[in-house]
Amino acid sequence: MTPLLAIEGVSKRFRGLRAVDRVSCEILPGQIFAVIGPNGAGKTTLFNMVAGVLRPDEGTVTFAGERIDGRRPDEIARRGIGRTFQNVRPFPALSVEDNVVIGALLHAKGMEEALETAHQVIWQLDLFAKLRQPAAALALPDRKRLELARALATRPKLLLLDEVMAGLRPTETDQMVALLRELNRTTGMTILLIEHVMRAVMALASRVLVLHHGAAIAEGTPEEVVRDPAVIESYLGAEAL
Amino acid sequence: MSSLWGDTPLRGRVLAALLLAAFLAAPLIADRYLISVLILVLYFAYVGQAWNLLMGFAGQLSLGHALYLGIGAYVAAALWIHFGVGPWLGVLAAIPIAALGGAFIGWLGWRFSIEGVYFALLTIAFAEFTRIGFDHWDFTGASAGFFLPIGGVAAAQWWNLGGGPLLFYYVALALATGAAALTARLRRSALGYRWLAVREDAEAARALGINIFRARMAAMLISSSMTAVAGVFYAFYYRNLFPAQVFDIGRSIELILAPIIGGLGTVFGPIVGALILTPLGEVLIAVTERLGLDAPGAKAVFYGLALMVIIWLRPNGVWPWLAGVLGIRSKDR
Repeated sequence: MTPLLAIEGVSKRFRGLRAVDRVSCEILPGQIFAVIGPNGAGKTTLFNMVAGVLRPDEGTVTFAGERIDGRRPDEIARRGIGRTFQNVRPFPALSVEDNVVIGALLHAKGMEEALETAHQVIWQLDLFAKLRQPAAALALPDRKRLELARALATRPKLLLLDEVMAGLRPTETDQMVALLRELNRTTGMTILLIEHVMRAVMALASRVLVLHHGAAIAEGTPEEVVRDPAVIESYLGAEAL
Repeated sequence: MSSLWGDTPLRGRVLAALLLAAFLAAPLIADRYLISVLILVLYFAYVGQAWNLLMGFAGQLSLGHALYLGIGAYVAAALWIHFGVGPWLGVLAAIPIAALGGAFIGWLGWRFSIEGVYFALLTIAFAEFTRIGFDHWDFTGASAGFFLPIGGVAAAQWWNLGGGPLLFYYVALALATGAAALTARLRRSALGYRWLAVREDAEAARALGINIFRARMAAMLISSSMTAVAGVFYAFYYRNLFPAQVFDIGRSIELILAPIIGGLGTVFGPIVGALILTPLGEVLIAVTERLGLDAPGAKAVFYGLALMVIIWLRPNGVWPWLAGVLGIRSKDR
């Protein structure tokens, strides 16, 4: 199967510091792929190179057969990659409905279609009761779901999630995991997530890439990765798996 | 019509219709002085709406809108005086020239990531050096002023925007009403939603596929074009143009007060703001004269104090609060 997203030998330096060092991986259509690693491992830098926020110093990022490295974030979104932000960023003064409508406008032919798509996604993510509330008035779990709704409304082929579990309580994390599994199962949406919360990664991902000091030190199923000696030593060991 | 009204409650539509009817009928009872005040109200409602599109909706602060006003005024006046081209045609030349100026400033600012207050400084700079340029350009009278003939044949030619106060009153009313309708329509369009997204969080907007440069540029082109039309009106209403007055930063500031006081990013804000501020200024003139306070700047001091009180009481503008009181709070104010 040809990969939906192929990252090949991608590097990024910040003033001599190698934030990401020749990382490669392939994400197949329909897969849930996780990138894990301790703080400062280069996860977010890698993420930002896929999302178009940063341009890689070397290497290529190919999405659906087309090179996207160095393209602007809006061009990448247009090609079918949706994302969330680590520190959630819904449009604070706008209502839940307006937030999601803006996402839906990317591919909708008119306002009516955008509204229809938005309502569908809001319903799916159980935010309908808060349709007219401003985003700023929502609690964190709802803001995270709203941001997910907004990204889903763009009808992405690949969904990038940047620490979507961070700050959630265990029960809220379980709900988010269930929601993402359901999305992946029913729509076949490919998901690339960057995660710190191991519990979520184990439950969700079918494949895991481990970064340490910017380099890939292991890749495999969650079970393989947690048994990998290099991973245990560099990352998991310290956190007492 | 549905795209114009959106989900505005019935009470809001009735009030808007009543307001328009009152303005239409006002000349029946208003004297010449009151008409001149109402012309100013409508002028400020119109230019305020133009500025509000860029600031209130697209989130870009311009403190140099006098540039587009002045370009509009001077282009139409020069075409009339030097070539005999009337203002209804002249406005068609004024719009693209002002929009080109706006496009250049926008390009310079947004291509090179000049954001926020630095962008505002850029807009001031352009208005200022355009003023200096016009001060030295003999073709348009330089600093000695540029005068449109008064009286004679031009006096009652509506087709050349010459005539009594009533002509200007109804032209201003048409402009203000048209601008409000356009804003309401844009607010509910795809472009309007993109503006709000870019205003709220440009980075998040990009992640949703919005080309923020294009969205901002669209707002700039519409805003500067609309302001140029106000400039044409200004030239033919006052019939004299001085660079030091037309391009002055004070001119830029006065046109942003109504939308700020009325409510940024709202359709009715600029109208409500203009309805408060212009009469307030007139009342203050009358009161300070009556009290014998003829010290220079006395009126400005009271005006400034009044602005401070209004902003202190209603930091989000008068309209969002008023709409709540009147029970016509639509989801997007």
